[in-house]
Amino acid sequence: MPAPAQHRIIFQHIDEPGYTNDLACYVQHGGYEVMKRAYARPPAELVDEVKKSGLRGRGGAGFPCGVKWSLLDRKSGKPIYLVVNADESEPGTFKDRYIMHQDPHQLIEGIMITCFANSVKQAYIYIRGEFPHGARILEKAIAEARAANFVGPNVLGSGYGCEIYVHRGAGAYICGEETGLIESLEGKRPYPRIKPPYFPAVLGLYQCPTIVNNVETLCHVKYIADVGGEAFAKIGTPNNTGTRILCVSGHVQKPGYYEFEVGKITMGQLLNEVCGGPLPGRTFKAVIPGGSSAKILKFGERFKGKRKVGAEMVDYDWAVEDVPMDFDSLGMIGTMGGSGGVIVMDDTVNMVEALANINAFYAHESCGQCTPCREGSLWMKKISARMVHGDARPEDGQLLKSVADQIAGRTICAFGEACAWPTQSYVAKFGDEFKGYAEAKKAGKPAATTLV
Amino acid sequence: MIAPAQPELVTVNIDGKEIAVPKGTNVIEAARLAGVDVPHYCYHPKLTIVGNCRMCLIEMGLPAVDPATKAPVMDPATGKQKINWIPRPQIGCATNASAGLHIRTQTPQVKDCREGVMEFLLINHPLDCPICDQAGECKLQEQSTGYGRGYSRFIEQKNVKPKRTLLGPRVMLDDERCILCSRCIRFAKEIAKDDVLGFIDRGSYSTLTCYPGKKLENNYSLNTVDICPVGALTSTDFRFKMRVWFLKQTNSIDSESSVGANTVAWSREGVIYRLTPRRNDEVNDTWMADTGRVLYKSITAADRLTAVKVNGADSALDLAINAAGELFKSSAGAVAIVGSGRSSVEEQFLTKQLATALSAATHLVSRVGPGDKILVSADRNPNVRGALVTGLISALPAAQLNALGAAIDAGKVKTVVSVGEDLFAAGLNATQLAKIAVVYLGPQANATSEGAKVVLPTLTVFEKSGTFVNQQFRLQKFLKVVPGVSGATDDLVVLSKLVAAIGGAVPSDLNPLWKVLAAEVPALGTVTFANLPETGLLLDGTPWAALPFVEGETLHFKPAAQPAAVTA
Amino acid sequence: MNLKPETLSRIDEVIPHYPTKRSATLPLLHLIQEEVGYISNEAIEWIAAKLELQPINVYEVVTFYPMFRQKPIGRRHIKVCRTLSCALMGGYKTCATFENEFHTHLGEVSPDGEVTVEFVECLASCGTAPVVMIDDELHEKVDAAKAKQLSDQIKGEAKARK
Repeated sequence: MPAPAQHRIIFQHIDEPGYTNDLACYVQHGGYEVMKRAYARPPAELVDEVKKSGLRGRGGAGFPCGVKWSLLDRKSGKPIYLVVNADESEPGTFKDRYIMHQDPHQLIEGIMITCFANSVKQAYIYIRGEFPHGARILEKAIAEARAANFVGPNVLGSGYGCEIYVHRGAGAYICGEETGLIESLEGKRPYPRIKPPYFPAVLGLYQCPTIVNNVETLCHVKYIADVGGEAFAKIGTPNNTGTRILCVSGHVQKPGYYEFEVGKITMGQLLNEVCGGPLPGRTFKAVIPGGSSAKILKFGERFKGKRKVGAEMVDYDWAVEDVPMDFDSLGMIGTMGGSGGVIVMDDTVNMVEALANINAFYAHESCGQCTPCREGSLWMKKISARMVHGDARPEDGQLLKSVADQIAGRTICAFGEACAWPTQSYVAKFGDEFKGYAEAKKAGKPAATTLV
Repeated sequence: MIAPAQPELVTVNIDGKEIAVPKGTNVIEAARLAGVDVPHYCYHPKLTIVGNCRMCLIEMGLPAVDPATKAPVMDPATGKQKINWIPRPQIGCATNASAGLHIRTQTPQVKDCREGVMEFLLINHPLDCPICDQAGECKLQEQSTGYGRGYSRFIEQKNVKPKRTLLGPRVMLDDERCILCSRCIRFAKEIAKDDVLGFIDRGSYSTLTCYPGKKLENNYSLNTVDICPVGALTSTDFRFKMRVWFLKQTNSIDSESSVGANTVAWSREGVIYRLTPRRNDEVNDTWMADTGRVLYKSITAADRLTAVKVNGADSALDLAINAAGELFKSSAGAVAIVGSGRSSVEEQFLTKQLATALSAATHLVSRVGPGDKILVSADRNPNVRGALVTGLISALPAAQLNALGAAIDAGKVKTVVSVGEDLFAAGLNATQLAKIAVVYLGPQANATSEGAKVVLPTLTVFEKSGTFVNQQFRLQKFLKVVPGVSGATDDLVVLSKLVAAIGGAVPSDLNPLWKVLAAEVPALGTVTFANLPETGLLLDGTPWAALPFVEGETLHFKPAAQPAAVTA
Repeated sequence: MNLKPETLSRIDEVIPHYPTKRSATLPLLHLIQEEVGYISNEAIEWIAAKLELQPINVYEVVTFYPMFRQKPIGRRHIKVCRTLSCALMGGYKTCATFENEFHTHLGEVSPDGEVTVEFVECLASCGTAPVVMIDDELHEKVDAAKAKQLSDQIKGEAKARK
């Protein structure tokens, strides 16, 4: 089957010639009309629409947005905060960047609708420090919106007030973790909090009930407020509704960002048709489907089992190319949809070295708070680095996996899984390469691109 | 956030054993009550919970209930309520006991968690045991023996961090040994109220430090050494002096102030090497002030009295006692006694006996300083209340002995017995001292002991046993740690001999003495020295409730009314 | 601390954005580093005093985040992404090119004082790898040839200034 066409809702105006990121252009294209309609509705109704829509978070966890909102403690008497996670640091992910740089008002409208729906009077956009222009663009856009009463003490003359401030990060991946982000916003070292008891919905920013949502997720909220939850749920596939932006990078002809209905495109269609297939003379070897934290898929492996389609259990027998790009399918075959960052590696890549690159990333980014991740991530990096630059032993692959097994599930936050899954999956699926790495080096195989 | 325990009891199941604990009890404490050890590093009962060491990971389960009806779901296999075991291990320190909570600590998964955490803690840990003061009381040693895998798989280069840096005058820091549990940081901020410690850099390179130029020098800095589970923070005073497994532990009380912090004195072969706090949740939790820890040095201070003297010449104890007796007889009716707020209850009782026998007026000298609101109170005498309870005094002492001075000027007092007090410092002048004869008992020399007619060297608090009554009116006992220095005699022996010298008789041994004490002092009716609990006994302080005590608020103590103005 | 009036007024404007002063730590660090070029101990103490914190609280934050530096760097800051996608497309060669062009090593100030070259982690532009940021500007598809081009440009601008 040929690949479906893109369905650009969130990215409708990205790279559009003549589309600028100022308020006038946005309003000209119908901007803030959805917000006006939303503000005429009871806030609880808007929460309901989001629940009905089945929208799942687009930051990486895929947690249902409506459920997240409904967990908010609305009775504590404390102010409720919205924190926009614009930290976009998951390797392989590059989508929120374009929303914020080219279409910031779409985000602001999504924010203001979300705030209204959840009685939020103060929102912060936590934007990664490496987007300095993005921060300035957002601040300018907020100022424009404030001048037009789309943000501020008296939004749309309704008497409801909500302010947005931009807060810049400074180069830490762990600030993408929701409680790490909250600690960073509070001006401390971004050490994620233990849950229980510090669930953001109850004890979040300044120990007040807080929602943390990804940039893309909030843009989908705006769209849901526009067309309704039911209509949104008809897009995509059951339980994996709406569209999502897939970011493809690495060894394909046409890397880039593409917005598709969730689950309506397969890996093979995405990589071969949309992205033009492998580079000349090369074949696909491996692909990470959801950001570097996701477990890797090896071209050639097959996935068999039964899955629910509608009301029935149906057999599936998939090659990597056949896997639909949705949260549930990817979860079912042992990886995840994550942030939508698809990284492709071809047959020129040595998996030991690719893993060494990834392990160096996680060792660098570990905040250091809890023992398994702090010590384990650095140990895995040291093993990988020694394999590549020093003496590799045949048992090092198993040692790596054994270290990773001691991290996942034992840490304060999901960074433990994030740094363990790559090692576990690379060694599991490419174990022979790890075993034979020392020999291969001795045999003086031609130097591939340096990865670490 | 992690709420304190409430008195309502709930039943929890730990490794198959049911036990009732107060609702909200921390799971690590609940396990302790059930006799199960849950190893941990970062958890401390008196600090906030951070859950970062991950050593206390255990399996937890909660009783299954139907989400709609809340009715219990039964397990057909066991006939009991089904337990939903959480697949992911949970940290015990962040969980409070609730009804039906089930814990498993002996499963393969828990064993693997512990071995994993131990392995991780050791891979960057330096091989310092042979030169590390913590050896023998090191949690890393204990838990790697108890729960570790026993061998290392790490062949990479270990991280290098600053070693043996002086974090403050009393604390040495070795960053390589640090396991980043953050107990010290939390202590400095939450208890000592001196937010001076922090972690810099990131990941496994994180390092404990002060801001350059600042020091960990508050008066509670040594508590960080106590709570550091490893040898990262060590005491500069104790550094390299002794291996802890050679030391004997004896319970004592900090005599620095009326807080009466409970302590442990560590000694070997008659020498004390260090003092550490002893846990008492009613008095000092697990803390004590740094200034209290150096008091053991008074045993070997240069000004220690070691020779009995009569008229300035060396003498023997009984000869000196006779000389004192003669003085008493010759100045019958004109003797005054300056007792001490640093004497034990027993000594104050005997002092009172002596005073009664001599019809002598009794005085006490006050010692007042600024209270730090933590564990040093404004009253720097540890036992003024003991003097009240035994009847030695009936009003609070003043800093100056004005009444005594007036009596001396008027010729009404010819002999003064001073129990460890320097009368010059207490306001008497040389003229007055010239008019009287002084019988001096005490451990340390001073201007008064220099000119005393009879000098009877006695013991420091570490060389004798006794009790103090602290600011809470809590009776607490301290035990003899080391033998008295040669030449000094137990205060109780000296006092009872003085009483005997004028025809009276009181026991000097603690147990028989307490029988007399209990009979004569109503507040102490049922107490014996032997049965006094380790955590002390609260006495009824209402007879003295109206007195203007100087103490302000400290840990576990709130004054009844406004504290008196501090008199110099 | 001698800061420009604009910086001081932006500092005073940003502090009330948060209910607790401590939250303004990152914004103040950014503002001061933008003006001075790095964070000195004096700046740390100034920020601590301004936000009613202890210096250690600010010091902990400065050393955690790679974007804050405690020493001055070269005039231009060349940040080359080293994470997987960019590495796959030749990021290491790009970095080596910059180092060679300016006769410098990672993290140092080049001999002519003009640049500091550093590796950074994923800059979220993986589709146009290899990616480089020079100061605030993002440069995409920076292979060795383009790296040389950018280096020439920097050198040209440096010469023009002299």
